[in-house]
Amino acid sequence: MTLGEIRDILDALVLTHRVDMSRDIWRAYCADLMSDVLAFSVTQSLLITGLTNAQVIRTADVADIRAIVFVQNKRPDIETIAMAESKDIPLLATGLSMFDTCGRLYEKGLRSQHGRIL
Amino acid sequence: MNRGTDGVFFLTGKDFTNAGSASSNLKGILEKMGIPPEIIRRASIAAFEAEMNTIIYAVAGMMHYSITPEVIKVILQDMGPGIPDINQAMQEGYSTAPDYIREMGFGSGMGLPNIKKNADKLTITSAVGEGTTLEFLIYLESVSQTS
Repeated sequence: MTLGEIRDILDALVLTHRVDMSRDIWRAYCADLMSDVLAFSVTQSLLITGLTNAQVIRTADVADIRAIVFVQNKRPDIETIAMAESKDIPLLATGLSMFDTCGRLYEKGLRSQHGRIL
Repeated sequence: MNRGTDGVFFLTGKDFTNAGSASSNLKGILEKMGIPPEIIRRASIAAFEAEMNTIIYAVAGMMHYSITPEVIKVILQDMGPGIPDINQAMQEGYSTAPDYIREMGFGSGMGLPNIKKNADKLTITSAVGEGTTLEFLIYLESVSQTS
């Protein structure tokens, strides 16, 4: 699944500039607890979260997260967006709830681990 | 990969604006050295967990790193409250973090167990009222294949 497809599925807004929407995403992980992202996410995942602070970007960076979706219309501040751009982590924002975000992506074939593009 | 490198980052307690930047810089150094991505991920996650612990609990600290063709060694020394019972602190879910740390997405008692999971060797020494020293090693592939 490409980042562009994820944006369309979630009716999401892209918050970062110069984003390659053809970037492939194979897996997803969903949490508000960054400790869980660090402990349980797999490399190259899409991160779905309701947390918007700078630590989310740092966590995503060290955990090799490929892109982040903020749910429920939550938006990080401009410094946090700039940090994500500097680390080449695209940010998306959707008005959907976390449950619906995960549900839609699951329905379209995204999985937590070992997922393949369907 | 070149012969190796070492260095140090200084950490300031409660500086959540820059929390994680040392680990992020370390990650960049490992990438430049051509270390395999999965090893970089383990080292970065372990360093980040340890860095966050220092920022959350200590007044100040240092992250030393040394990278050779054989091993990545990271040492975090802090001036903090110390850990009274290290075995207890190593248990998943045990945490003394205040609520504002939990609201940031941390402090769930997974940090030290996660460092242990990602590192090949973890050593913690601590003195209450003085500070904690945490050292972890991650062996590079060339070593793990021969040992």
